[in-house]
Amino acid sequence: MDKVKILEIKQSVFASNDRQADQLRARLREKGVFLLNLMSSPGAGKTTTLRRTIEALQNELRIGVMEADIDSDVDARAIAATGAKAIQLHTGGMCHLDADMTRQGLEGLGLEDVDLAILENVGNLVCPAEFDTGASKNAMILSVPEGHDKPLKYPLMFTVCDVVLVNKIDVLPYFDFDMDKCREYIHMRNPNAQVIPICARTGEGIDVWADWLRAQVAAWKNTNC
Amino acid sequence: MHELGIVFHIIRTVEEVGRENGVDRVSAVTLELGEVSGVLEDYLQDCWQWAVGRSDMLRGARLQVEIIPAKTLCESCGLVYPTVAHGRTCPGCGSESTHLVQGNETMIREIAVPEPTPEETDCPAAGAV
Repeated sequence: MDKVKILEIKQSVFASNDRQADQLRARLREKGVFLLNLMSSPGAGKTTTLRRTIEALQNELRIGVMEADIDSDVDARAIAATGAKAIQLHTGGMCHLDADMTRQGLEGLGLEDVDLAILENVGNLVCPAEFDTGASKNAMILSVPEGHDKPLKYPLMFTVCDVVLVNKIDVLPYFDFDMDKCREYIHMRNPNAQVIPICARTGEGIDVWADWLRAQVAAWKNTNC
Repeated sequence: MHELGIVFHIIRTVEEVGRENGVDRVSAVTLELGEVSGVLEDYLQDCWQWAVGRSDMLRGARLQVEIIPAKTLCESCGLVYPTVAHGRTCPGCGSESTHLVQGNETMIREIAVPEPTPEETDCPAAGAV
């Protein structure tokens, strides 16, 4: 009765997601749409940073934002107030987005009139790092009150990110945050990561970040030709 | 939950492989899970119970988990040591130039497919005689 046949699979759990992510990246390249996957812990300042980013770039790039949250649409409303195209994605209890959810989100957003699509991932430093969303580049925001030791505690997040924005530098005098140590720890996990100190509240450093993003979008579109 | 996302990906992969191989029922899935993969087996089993009930191919299937111990190699002295006990610093020479050689796996190793017993494959008319 209990006769079974064993089929060998030998496939990583993430293999199917990685395939879908590669397909999505190829399609985005074809369409000339740059997708930024923005990650951070809750409260690091993703939405405020996004509003600043939109202000800095909206005259030269058509920007679309996907706000992913477990529930609510407060972030999408805040972004829509800037005039950028914004949609809210609900993950239904999941702590991250994967490539297929991102593809569905992009369909909802519409790619025809977008140069720069930004995915604001669920606030979490663990799970979003494990699932490739199909983004052109990964960015994360680490805020000063969280501490400079986070690259040691959440190594994978810092390994997958192309750029780390160190936010809330206006409160540096009040915290034992060591910027040099922070850079050192980030580069231990990822020697190629760019580190850009910013203050989304006052706008400090946003020009450096906007320059980085502008150059990445241009490079993405050029490789298309 | 992290584990729930992983369970969905396991189910999706098994369903794909199953369809490619003409399989319509799966009774067990064996997963190799690294000790430092960040995936907790207890949570994984809870999510599995809930999620397989929603798959025609995997309804009632068991999840067998084999834990792969984490080992780290020291690039300075060549020592291979248990990761969980010593972290990223080599217990032999104190070097921090180390890397994980195993223990980060989340690999679907194999699936078990029930084979119909000879009586079940007989045509119903013959069985009725």
